[in-house]
Amino acid sequence: MMRVTRKYRFAASHRLHAPTLGDAENRALYGKCNNPYGHGHNYEIAVTVRGPVEARSGRVVDPALLDGLVRRQVIEPFDHRNLNTEVEAFCAVVPTSENLGREVVRRLKQNWPVVFPADGPQLERIAIAETSRNAFEVTADEIE
Amino acid sequence: MLVTRRVEFSASHVCRNPQLPEAENRALFGAAANPHGHGHNYVLEVTVEGLPDPVTGMVLDLKALKDTMQREVVEIYDHRFLNREVAPFDRVIPTPENIAIDIWDRLRPHLNGPRGRLYNVRIYETPDLYVDYTGGAA
Repeated sequence: MMRVTRKYRFAASHRLHAPTLGDAENRALYGKCNNPYGHGHNYEIAVTVRGPVEARSGRVVDPALLDGLVRRQVIEPFDHRNLNTEVEAFCAVVPTSENLGREVVRRLKQNWPVVFPADGPQLERIAIAETSRNAFEVTADEIE
Repeated sequence: MLVTRRVEFSASHVCRNPQLPEAENRALFGAAANPHGHGHNYVLEVTVEGLPDPVTGMVLDLKALKDTMQREVVEIYDHRFLNREVAPFDRVIPTPENIAIDIWDRLRPHLNGPRGRLYNVRIYETPDLYVDYTGGAA
């Protein structure tokens, strides 16, 4: 089995606040991440792709095609944005790394067949790190 | 239990398929198709699986693993032009995928015993691009 992993970065701001909970509860749950004005991170995402090594190129995936897909679906819509107010998915959903990771997988899967053939490279999982001290992994199978 | 050891080497390579015309190689490999070659600081992580020996408490002797990686890979790859100096890359395109397969083939015979079997070869071409190979059909 051959897997290729490529890392990408974007910078964005967010605020963790669950609308169904009260202010005090949100404060207790999210601590300083609940600050009403928000705060930002340098996010790093690692995209892992698996598939056969193509004889013609000696590669599993054309990095330029993968880069273009990730740029269009994730980096451009997220980079230097306020996730809560500028990314529709997070208007009602709390932009935790868990939910951000799921949204990244959803966005990549959505346009995957446009870029890659059915018998070509498959998305296996992504990992998202808000800071270098934590990481969250979401497999492609977990998301519709 | 998995045990991983890391080592670095530096080498140059060219990624092009000699059966394809220049324009197609450029489209396929971009700057990596430059016939004069370019280089990387590769990072190799070798992962071995096994159970700790009840007497030594070790899956395998890490010094022996280090020596094997040095002898079978680093001494052959380090500071070389892979396409010209390291077989099979005179006929196989030295993409990280093919490098992972070659390193697997070189290490497997030495890491196949009851005290530690080769489990995964990870090769970083840059800090932002790596491949993992666990053997079998690639």
